[in-house]
Amino acid sequence: MSTAEKTDTNWSRIARDGVWDNNVVMAQSLALCPLLAVTGTATNGLGLGLASTFVMVASGLLVSLARGIITPQVRIPVFVLIIATLVTLVDLGMNAWMHDLHKVLGLFIPLIVTNCAILGRAESFASRQAPLPAVFDGLMMGVGFTLVLVALGAVREALGSGTLFANASMLLGESLSWLEVTLIPDYRGFLLMILPPGGFIAMGFLLAGKRVLDRKLAARQQAKAAGLAASA
Amino acid sequence: MSTTTVANPSYRERVGYQAALLGGFALVAAALLVIGDLATRDAIEQRRAEDLLASLSQVIPADLHDNDLLADSMTLDTADGELTVYRALTGLDVAGVAFETVGQGYAGPIRVLLGIDADGRVLGARVLSHTETPGLGDKIEVARDDWILSFDGKSLGEPPPERWAVKKDGGDFDQFSGATITPRAVVSTVKGGLELFADQRDALTASAVQQVSTGE
Repeated sequence: MSTAEKTDTNWSRIARDGVWDNNVVMAQSLALCPLLAVTGTATNGLGLGLASTFVMVASGLLVSLARGIITPQVRIPVFVLIIATLVTLVDLGMNAWMHDLHKVLGLFIPLIVTNCAILGRAESFASRQAPLPAVFDGLMMGVGFTLVLVALGAVREALGSGTLFANASMLLGESLSWLEVTLIPDYRGFLLMILPPGGFIAMGFLLAGKRVLDRKLAARQQAKAAGLAASA
Repeated sequence: MSTTTVANPSYRERVGYQAALLGGFALVAAALLVIGDLATRDAIEQRRAEDLLASLSQVIPADLHDNDLLADSMTLDTADGELTVYRALTGLDVAGVAFETVGQGYAGPIRVLLGIDADGRVLGARVLSHTETPGLGDKIEVARDDWILSFDGKSLGEPPPERWAVKKDGGDFDQFSGATITPRAVVSTVKGGLELFADQRDALTASAVQQVSTGE
């Protein structure tokens, strides 16, 4: 597991890994606990995604800075300590200075600690890389996680309660209240989708969709390569 | 198992170094948390007071009182300990009271702020905090659903005590699809608050003689 610190950082590789190829949820199947717990609505997904992203970036930075003094034997407790401290500070800070947002997200902030993807990135990336790539990796992993949270939240909310981005103005301010859409008026609701089983079902379809898309992309690339070889 | 750093001196393999490292990080983390707590404590306390006043104004109509609700509070000894009661005064007469009651919900305690007028009717009830299931049990919040408003104007005689329950249990109050325990808990909490008011009515509605009348 020893990798020499690379001097040339492949930024686009990190971005691609975080958002698609090595997506926290879609590829690594991590962070399912907070994912399934909060994605009843797209708004909740977005809120948790943003808060998680912040913690991922900050923990990436701190772990990377401290990588020189941490020994392999005690690295896990140190990482857990760093992440738990960060989450608590975010919780306190949001409660004090972003109180309205905290009222909406307060329930979910402590859930960030249960996000093993943050520990996973600290372990597999930030502890071996310079601060800047570690921060960028945290950001991209966070963006990928947020996208999945919003997508899953949107699907479950649309099917489960017939709305989209309900209460978004509570999270993002009144200026974005246009995001709140009622897709199906007088919808009686489809409770299964809002409950955790609906989360598993919707995620199964999302994963299947990604597989199909990846396969098609690979096939197209192969065809392209074959075409090139034939014309050469 | 080597790390990414250039040198990996042998002292790092010693238990002492690792214990000191872990202890050092714990110390730094603890210090950060103390600083974070101190830096946010006043702001959080202030937000809490603002929230409380905002909540109080929802359960006690502004035209019912001419005093500062936070200033004219009294402490009541109950079986569960001390209870802070906020009194709405018109001159010296108590027009209504508001206090917090706690019920056990599906996933933890539900704190309900209850406003009651001098005749024992509910002026308003609001959930202050809860840990119910997002998307299901959180309909008890007024921001998400009108359900909590169904308590307005109710009293212990109306509906009769046996109908102070959710419809599933033969009562008058709606439950939510998928969440029965949460509204059941809120109904019994509000009922408990009304019973407390009925028990302590004399103490609660005694006119505020020590307070200087503010006119009228």
